Amino acid sequence: MTATPTLDKDLLGLEYLTAEQINLILDTAEPFKEVSERTIKKVPALRGKTIVNLFFEASTRTRISFEFAEKRLSADTVNVASTGSSVQKGETLVDTARNLEAMRIDMVVMRHSASGAAQFLGKRIRSNVINAGDGQHEHPTQGLLDLLTLRDKHGTIAGLKVCLVGDILHSRVARSNIWGLLKLGAEVAVCGPHTLMPRGIEELGVKTFRRIEDAIAWADALNVLRLQLERMERGFIPSLREYYRVFGVTAERLEHAAKPITIMHPGPMNRGVEIDSRVADGPHSVILDQVTNGVAVRMAVLYLLAGGRPELADAAKRGPAD
Amino acid sequence: MARAPVEQPILLTGGRVIDPSRGFDQVADVLLQDHRVAAVGPGLGVPDGALVWNAAGRIVAPGLIDVHVHLREPGNEDEETVATGARAAAAGGFTAICAMPNTDPVTDNQAAVGFVVRQSVRAGFARVHPIGAISLGQRGERLAEFGEMVGAGAVAVSDDGRPVVSSHLMRTALEYARTFDIPVADHCEDPALAAGGVMHEGLVATRHGLKGIPAAAEEIMVARDCLLAELTGGHVHLCHLSSRGSVEILRRAKERGARVTAEVTPHHLTLTDHACDGFETNAKMNPPLREAADVAALRAALKEGVIDCIASDHAPHAYDEKETAFDEAPFGVVGLETAFGVAYAELVRGGDMSLPELLSRMSTVPAQTFHLPGGTLRPGAPADVVVLDVTAPWTVEATAFLSKSRNTPFGGRVLTGRAVLTVVNGGVVYELDAGR
Repeated sequence: MTATPTLDKDLLGLEYLTAEQINLILDTAEPFKEVSERTIKKVPALRGKTIVNLFFEASTRTRISFEFAEKRLSADTVNVASTGSSVQKGETLVDTARNLEAMRIDMVVMRHSASGAAQFLGKRIRSNVINAGDGQHEHPTQGLLDLLTLRDKHGTIAGLKVCLVGDILHSRVARSNIWGLLKLGAEVAVCGPHTLMPRGIEELGVKTFRRIEDAIAWADALNVLRLQLERMERGFIPSLREYYRVFGVTAERLEHAAKPITIMHPGPMNRGVEIDSRVADGPHSVILDQVTNGVAVRMAVLYLLAGGRPELADAAKRGPAD
Repeated sequence: MARAPVEQPILLTGGRVIDPSRGFDQVADVLLQDHRVAAVGPGLGVPDGALVWNAAGRIVAPGLIDVHVHLREPGNEDEETVATGARAAAAGGFTAICAMPNTDPVTDNQAAVGFVVRQSVRAGFARVHPIGAISLGQRGERLAEFGEMVGAGAVAVSDDGRPVVSSHLMRTALEYARTFDIPVADHCEDPALAAGGVMHEGLVATRHGLKGIPAAAEEIMVARDCLLAELTGGHVHLCHLSSRGSVEILRRAKERGARVTAEVTPHHLTLTDHACDGFETNAKMNPPLREAADVAALRAALKEGVIDCIASDHAPHAYDEKETAFDEAPFGVVGLETAFGVAYAELVRGGDMSLPELLSRMSTVPAQTFHLPGGTLRPGAPADVVVLDVTAPWTVEATAFLSKSRNTPFGGRVLTGRAVLTVVNGGVVYELDAGR
């Protein structure tokens, strides 16, 4: 019998987790899914814990998802939104860390525009740090909710063929997905214009497709990434129109697939740019399941980092809310 | 600090004397008198009143010379001053260093050059030779007054920290510099290609989600500068080469007879982009640390003489500037106090080159390349001498640096090779364990 895996102090990225740790989180998320289906969506698992949601970068979906997860676990939460102020960002980060430490909080959920910002904070405070997206590095809870959604849909991750489509170069979602999928035994591919492909990506054990048609012919699931408008402004692609023509995931292209292909998107979507509305709203789209699973996965992460025992997660949800 | 009065002769006895300028390598005494190397040979008599320093078991060599350091004065004296930098240099075995002009304000005129000279004379540690700016304000537009700067003590010109973007400006700089027979030192970087990059473009950058700087950003400018050296007959000196591609371009240019010289740093000779793992800001510098194949090519080129010399690119930064996310940290590492130890431990003990070869690349050749005094123990030469211990291991402790800054990628490393006595102009400016 193997020992139950545990998590480290911080959740910084899926690169740093083992397959066992990832499965632990996914398994722990299962019982928490049900909490959100109740009339009274609250369990006492994190009662008395203080959590700060520190968003240095704009976010709607991730911030709200974390906040629901925290509240449904009965934690006390504070939201700090810091839009790029005139204060030098580096100084802000050091001082923020010191101030948070001084307030004796239990956990920090942080989004920051600089890759490595979560590591930086995690090394300097005793509280748990959860990376809610750091620059172009990782977005581990997004990766986890994508894995959970794929597991729900296909029963297992191992052997599944998953292709990430679009701007891989600037995508933290892509990096977290690649690590998570590879660790759980999936075959992973990327497809997009070469201007948006990071150097050395194949060395991670990832297949690359030049043409979206080839990716569709290969994949069981497509994770279609958001194309930021500024990529065009900065010259990575000539136009959104051409991007849709060449790389758009359209109903016509999917018609040629031999089997139904699961469609995912981390949101927010640019309909008619990277994805056709008929695909996003179609029968094989699990885009809204991803959002639902996001709350459960984040509850699992918060619960485990707070020292919750996985075998008690099921029992924890049964306790009365205060 | 034990500082011998300059009038007092110094006799270094019984050391292994290595003078790469003459191919001299044997156990001998070295007599320093009246600011000069007076004699080198076995069994020298002790002049009246001489300080006799037992160098048995040690290496006696011409003082090390670093043609590329940043001293931050004027402008950022919290990070380094001419005095603290020159003192750190002496502790590293350097008797002369060349100070880059990217100060605030920029060292782009004779008054500013004269200020650096005066500060160094006042400090009295290693000699500091100022490098003047190529362009006014390092803005890359109009030539600075090379003639007046040379008159005030400048030994070269450079816009280091920034590349010379305009090929026309670089051409005129090379042509104009011929009048004064000074090298034009260039920081080779195509700014559009490197824009926003913070480390080497490769797998490590991809994993960390950090924007890369491709090797081509350096190589494009290396190629351009080599072509302009041929066009003009001017002397271009390529700063801190980092890529194997640059080495190949340089090799071909030298074969064609272009007046081009080049330097490489101890960190580019020994570290790869993996040193940035975990967002380590003390491994962030420009040009960035590259791959193992680049390190191998740089080492081979240094051994062959395709790359002429080692220079530290000593770049002090305040501790809190590096205490931030990788993207936001400034480029640069300190190097004066680790350069010899890193080079000796890695290159000589690692079997890449002999100690005389290393000393040539850290003393004799840099002196010749920048037309500086020193780099030789020929009688009559300036009494700039270092005594090195190449047996006792020591651990790099950044907090023990004499530099004002601590931003080293070698913290905690155990090195071999260290200065135990540094003599500049016939006077002791550094002695390890002095006063203990």
